[in-house]
Amino acid sequence: MVVIRDLIIQGAQMLLVLLLAPLFTGFVRKVKARLLRRQGPPLIQPYLDLIRLTRKEVVLAESASWLFRVIPYLVFAATWVAAALVPTFRTGLLFSWSADLIAIIALLGSARFFLALAGLDVGTSFGGIGSSREVMIASLAEPAMIMIVFTLALIAGSTQLSNVAEFMASPQVGLRVSLALALIGLVMVAIAENGRVPVDNPATHLELTMVHEAMVLEYSGRHLALIELSNSLKLLLYVSLLACLFAPWGIEAAGASVPTLALGAAAYVGKLAVGGFLLALFETSIAKMRVFRAPEFLGVALMLGLLATLLRFVSGSF
Amino acid sequence: MTLTIALGCAAALLALAAVGVIIGRSPAATRVVYGASLIIAAVSFIAGLVQLVGAAAPFDLTLPLGVPWLGAHFRLDALSAFFLIVVDLGAMSASLFALGYGEHETAPQRVLPFYAAFLAGMTLVVLADDAYTFLFSWEFMSLTSWALVMSHPRVPENVRAGYVYLVMASFGTLTLLFAFGLLAGPDGLYTFTQMRAAHPSAALGALALILALVGAGSKAGIVPLHVWLPLAHPAAPSHVSALMSGVMTKVAVYGFVRIAFELAGPPAWWWSIVVLAVAGATTVMGVLYALMQHDLKRLLAYHTVENIGIIFIGLGLSLAFNAYGMTFAAALALTAALLHVFNHSLFKSLLFFGAGAVLTTTGERDMEHLGGLIHRMPQTAFVVLVGCAAISALPPLNGFVSEWLTFQAILLSPQLPSWGLKLLVPAVGALLALSAALAAACFVKAYGVTFLGRPRTPAAERATETDRFSLAAMFFLAALCLVVGILPGFFIDALAPVSTALLGARMPPQIGAQWLSIVPIAASRSSYDGLLVFLFITLSGTLAAYAIHRLASDRLRRAPAWDCGYPDLSPATQYTATSFAQPIRRVFGTFVFRAREQVDMPPPGDMRPARLTVQITDPIWDYLYAPLVVGIGVAADRLNRLQFLTIRQFLSLVFSALVILLLVLAIWS
Amino acid sequence: MSRIDFDIAHLLAGSLVLISFLELYQDRLYALLNVFAAHALVLAASVAWQAFIQDAPHLYVTAAIALTFKAIVIPVALHRIIVRLGIHREIEKVVGVGAAMLAGMGLVALSMVVMLRVTHGADPLAREDLAFALSVVLLGLLMMVTRRNAVGQVIGFMSLENGLVLAATGARGMPLVVEISVAFSVLIAFIVIGIFLFRIRERFDTVDVQVIDRFRGERR
Repeated sequence: MVVIRDLIIQGAQMLLVLLLAPLFTGFVRKVKARLLRRQGPPLIQPYLDLIRLTRKEVVLAESASWLFRVIPYLVFAATWVAAALVPTFRTGLLFSWSADLIAIIALLGSARFFLALAGLDVGTSFGGIGSSREVMIASLAEPAMIMIVFTLALIAGSTQLSNVAEFMASPQVGLRVSLALALIGLVMVAIAENGRVPVDNPATHLELTMVHEAMVLEYSGRHLALIELSNSLKLLLYVSLLACLFAPWGIEAAGASVPTLALGAAAYVGKLAVGGFLLALFETSIAKMRVFRAPEFLGVALMLGLLATLLRFVSGSF
Repeated sequence: MTLTIALGCAAALLALAAVGVIIGRSPAATRVVYGASLIIAAVSFIAGLVQLVGAAAPFDLTLPLGVPWLGAHFRLDALSAFFLIVVDLGAMSASLFALGYGEHETAPQRVLPFYAAFLAGMTLVVLADDAYTFLFSWEFMSLTSWALVMSHPRVPENVRAGYVYLVMASFGTLTLLFAFGLLAGPDGLYTFTQMRAAHPSAALGALALILALVGAGSKAGIVPLHVWLPLAHPAAPSHVSALMSGVMTKVAVYGFVRIAFELAGPPAWWWSIVVLAVAGATTVMGVLYALMQHDLKRLLAYHTVENIGIIFIGLGLSLAFNAYGMTFAAALALTAALLHVFNHSLFKSLLFFGAGAVLTTTGERDMEHLGGLIHRMPQTAFVVLVGCAAISALPPLNGFVSEWLTFQAILLSPQLPSWGLKLLVPAVGALLALSAALAAACFVKAYGVTFLGRPRTPAAERATETDRFSLAAMFFLAALCLVVGILPGFFIDALAPVSTALLGARMPPQIGAQWLSIVPIAASRSSYDGLLVFLFITLSGTLAAYAIHRLASDRLRRAPAWDCGYPDLSPATQYTATSFAQPIRRVFGTFVFRAREQVDMPPPGDMRPARLTVQITDPIWDYLYAPLVVGIGVAADRLNRLQFLTIRQFLSLVFSALVILLLVLAIWS
Repeated sequence: MSRIDFDIAHLLAGSLVLISFLELYQDRLYALLNVFAAHALVLAASVAWQAFIQDAPHLYVTAAIALTFKAIVIPVALHRIIVRLGIHREIEKVVGVGAAMLAGMGLVALSMVVMLRVTHGADPLAREDLAFALSVVLLGLLMMVTRRNAVGQVIGFMSLENGLVLAATGARGMPLVVEISVAFSVLIAFIVIGIFLFRIRERFDTVDVQVIDRFRGERR
């Protein structure tokens, strides 16, 4: 009985993140527009975009291979599985023990690996630009993320995300220096991994300023819909990760009743709203960096992660 | 029993080598030799498997060969059995691959006998139980692989590769000779059993460890002793490259593990610092070198260097934990390292086979002359993709499992009391994470430029699929990669006898964990379920495909790629390997390799092409080896004068030597 | 002393180290001044918190001095000097950001090891704050060594000073008189440096310390 209920909750979590992801993207765009004193697109615009894209015909380049057609499904699958493992309204998800934080990062890494291959598949320079820049950013963002995971694991005594979230919600955690460093590092990595300003501009149409958009330039129709959805999922994943690790109030423990779960879900949506607003505010108040300033930006994130880990190694009270 | 089978297989391989010499030039020779080596390796593999999984007691055997008063001692214990499995799996897949690939060999009489002898040499190293047998087999292995590297001596770079390889191999054997000499002591206790019983002093053990690290490490390919590897591995035929990279380096790791964990006595705390520092540098330097390459096989060879670094990180951590008596953590680190040994032999062999397949059908090794091969060689492309994903440590394949276990071992290290380790281990962890991300970038480049895109040369346009033996070997290895990734618990449990024998502790048994997951320390701490992740991904992908199929339009139209208004772009405008690596070269290469780019842009009206030159220096070669070579030349020149002394001077030399020796005797006795 | 007091003190000291790293990262002069103002602000907060938990009211004066002089007066005055001298606002560095960060990491590790080993029996809060303070001092020195711009070096010197103040407050019992004299010596040093900046500019027409103005930027 408990297993059935846990299964339903895991399924609900997977569905929730899938449904909320485009809404979150729409919310961020709306807030950005309002901050720039524009009306902005309606909140449900990303849903409309996805529906429109799925109805359109796929225009495939002549030199594209079978891999090009399979990759959107692979990317979506990997991102969805990763997003389903991040606790949103409840810890102790049924399959949370099957993949810990390191595995979640590696799943996102494999999504990125295949997307970079897709950029190279058609054989034009645009895809090449996107892929080469993306792997450069990833080559620093992923180690920074792993060092942050190390810090969290050394504080919480586990790499299992549910356990870490529960530890963060408990009173033992305290205000540690290494946590503050990890928070700043995680925000920087999240910005870089999701291709937001100042690392990449998600709304640009100039090829020379693109990173992510250049990799997916050749995708159209239902393939592009899957890729856009994966992108929104990834953004939602990172915001959920920040919320469950650093703002864990409202996440219910395993075994909570349905009304408290509803409360947890409401708290989660509230956190998303706050996170979206902060993201939009940050993006409108800062300019995009030159491409080769991004490694320095991520180098700082890596150093912060390394410093936080070093502090944890050196003394237990950091 | 299993030992006699394994020794019998080694003897059979030597006999096969002799047969290969005799029938080398006949057309059926390839089939005979490779087929026979496949069968012999399979038998030996089963023997090793039975020994390891059955967790039987070690077998000893002494044969009246070699040195008269010593004989040749052989032993098959858990560690030897594991490495025997690695050697034989590599041998089986290489032989299967070569059944097809060997048909394209222009000089089979130069390859076949030495191939069988090479396999025999590696088997004997792993089975050796005394210093003489070990060193003899080690040299035999080096010489046969040297002969294979030199199998095409008309190519000038092969000659240079062979020369450097010979020098480095001799150097390695010399240091190992010293190491064993130190461990044998003044009483000449040359058998490993005697060395295990003797307890060397701390200084002696430390010296033996350093010498073993240098000697075995140079064969494995740790920085800065790796210089022969990217020259020699590409020069050999592809199946031999796979064996050298995937298997021979592991035999070198075996040598190090044998000396460091068993023969050199209980470890001191600072041994691990040396090993970890060297390993961290190796990991990062290996992958950075690999990123700068555009020759497929050289890129793979440099990548071997990186993976050897990862293995040595695990070994270093294990030494650290062992020195402080934290045997469970030591078992975890050792298991992570050994599992990576196994995994790497699988996917590196697979990738070298892929490179060999590409080389045979196109004649090109340079990535920048290839492209679009996924359309011409679909099966090879698929299976090489699996290999690239495995080596980039992507779940649910096997590379991720060993890397995950290494990270778990690193997370246990704050308990180590030493300050040096407290500072070094996080840095090594950061280097490991950095190299993992860079490795993924490297293989996006390698796969994307070679197989994806559009063909850059006519050779790439004319490529065809390889023969079924090569494909069978590659599919076999790819399937194994997936199996180890999905069901790692069985393989971790199979390694338990090794860590029990070396450290006295083992990881908790993985068989009982729920849903076939692995729990390296405790369930509350961390766990990973490769099977579930694989099922999840497959399910989500299938669900998405089904939903799209039902709800979305299924129309598709082929059209030219987006060309920004410039029609019919030639394939030369797509990204090359050099251009793909440019951002990373700029971030990391300016510092490490002093990478410089120069653009020569002709003025308007001038019709000559623009030229972009990339200059990279190899800091290790320039600062370590070049001065060394120059110094040796200078010293040799000076010593040359000894040839031209007069008779009187020769006599005075003899006289002064005699007087000095008598003085020593007088003062010291 | 309760857990939360410990943690907040560590948090503030750690933020000071973090801001020192951010100073190393900046390549524009106005941004560097803003970061330095933040540095002084966090120092003031840290000293005020120490005053609160140690129950030492004279440290509040120290915090106020740090706030007014270092967070407000000095950045504004430096801003004025930069505008007046027309110093070009890109900070040339001797080594790149990556190498400076790595060196900074090494220095932090070094100060951790030194401080935690040397002060083995002392009060844990003081020890760890001293370790952070030594890191800030070393990072300030690193800034002075790796900057070609005179204003950058002045900022490095000021950060070093902040680290010393942090160390002094952490060690308990720094009397007010000492702090006032330290503050005034800082002010005098600043005035002297300001005068020198004017003279250097008049003589050499630039305040780039190497005089040879070689634009390194990001292309090397």
